[in-house]
Amino acid sequence: MSPLPHALLQSLRIALVATAGVVLIGIPIAYLLARRQFTGKAVVETLLTLPLVLPPTVVGYFLLILLGHHGLLSRPLQFSILWRWYGGAVAAAVVAFPLLLLPARAAFASVDRDLEEVSRLMGANRLQVFWHISLPLAFPGIASGILLAFARALGEFGATVMVLGIQDRTNTLPIFVYEQFEQISPVGLVPAVLLLFAVTLGIIILYNRLPAGRN
Amino acid sequence: MGGADILAVRLLKTVAFAAVLVLAAWARAETITVSAAISLKEVLADIAQPYQAETGEMVEFNLGASGTLAAQIYQGAPVDLFISAGPSQVDELVGAGLADGGTRTAIAGNRLVLIVPKSDANPPKSFQDLTDSRFVHVAIGDPKIVPAGQYAMQTLRSLRLDQVLASRLVMGQNVRQVLLYVSRAEAEAGVVYATDAAAAADAVKIAAVADEATHDPILYPAVIIKSGKTAAAAKFLQYLKSEKAQAIFAAHGFTAPAAAPAAATQKSGG
Repeated sequence: MSPLPHALLQSLRIALVATAGVVLIGIPIAYLLARRQFTGKAVVETLLTLPLVLPPTVVGYFLLILLGHHGLLSRPLQFSILWRWYGGAVAAAVVAFPLLLLPARAAFASVDRDLEEVSRLMGANRLQVFWHISLPLAFPGIASGILLAFARALGEFGATVMVLGIQDRTNTLPIFVYEQFEQISPVGLVPAVLLLFAVTLGIIILYNRLPAGRN
Repeated sequence: MGGADILAVRLLKTVAFAAVLVLAAWARAETITVSAAISLKEVLADIAQPYQAETGEMVEFNLGASGTLAAQIYQGAPVDLFISAGPSQVDELVGAGLADGGTRTAIAGNRLVLIVPKSDANPPKSFQDLTDSRFVHVAIGDPKIVPAGQYAMQTLRSLRLDQVLASRLVMGQNVRQVLLYVSRAEAEAGVVYATDAAAAADAVKIAAVADEATHDPILYPAVIIKSGKTAAAAKFLQYLKSEKAQAIFAAHGFTAPAAAPAAATQKSGG
């Protein structure tokens, strides 16, 4: 397959996997942060929101320190995210995480607690309350967060390029654009840029149509 | 004194003033910008020092992969002299009318080597040993922009290793990044120039030297960029060819440049 379609598929794969991971981990955490108090909560919230403002290359650096070839966590477990597509997914997930966490937490916080109380009084356990009351009510806000996280994961460059490097085999679309820029004859540049622009434009249009996005 | 004399004095003063300005501009030291292949980093620094001391002219270096540097010049970067690690980048600039083909001169040569991390207890004895499964990642320069990567692919193709290793190759954006990958033992092996291995002798060791028959001659063609300070660039280029500079190249491990081919005659493409 030629590099441009391959980069598009790679971007989609990484963005979808990253978003799925962010959703699975982020929604429970957002609910927890919206509903519970515990010692160190402020520290936890700070750490989880940090990738929003941390320069992506710094995020990439930390990821490699933890999960790279000589990673503090990965070396003992004999794996590495360096030069592997799932490493790119981890990098994209980390930077996209706050973009789901913040709207989701706000959405859960805005759910009327009385409704949850009533449901508990009627015999529902905590999980049922979450699944049947809190989540559906919070969903508009969560949905806009999912869209933002996906867009961020798709467009991610700084952290992913440090983890993936630059080669046809692992290139995402943003990395492909950067690589093309270094060539004298950048044949793939304009199509790739237009493709990325079109996809992200579509996501933002969708975002603005969501009820929560219209606030 | 009549009116004509006063006019003559005024004219003389103006001419004298103009002459001083011209002389001052001509005498003022030029700073030239030299875009050079990154493998020349240390040797060019060592050559620029005496050049600057002897002539008073300053040289600024812009280092990187030859393909990246050529693309910058193509996009209008203000460069006076371009020193590539391979012929195709110079061919492209000459073909585009940006570089003066008549000034093209090879200033040094190099050898291609297989390196492994210094800590490798059982280094491979040849390129063929790379087929062993313990070489999960083999780093080479990206052949699209790095001449060292082009030479590496030529060698791998000659030895019929390119298909086997295709999925294991990791691309460096310049030859020094390849060196870095192996220094940090992130890649189990890499292909760089002999001079790069020497520059990082505390972190890598040479496992094998590529047979010169397996790749195009490794030469560093220098060429003057037409839109730059061509006179000052020619002066520095002349210095690079001098005995003094050539001795510094040799001291760093570069080989003497054989006659540069007039145009690229690469083995099965880069």
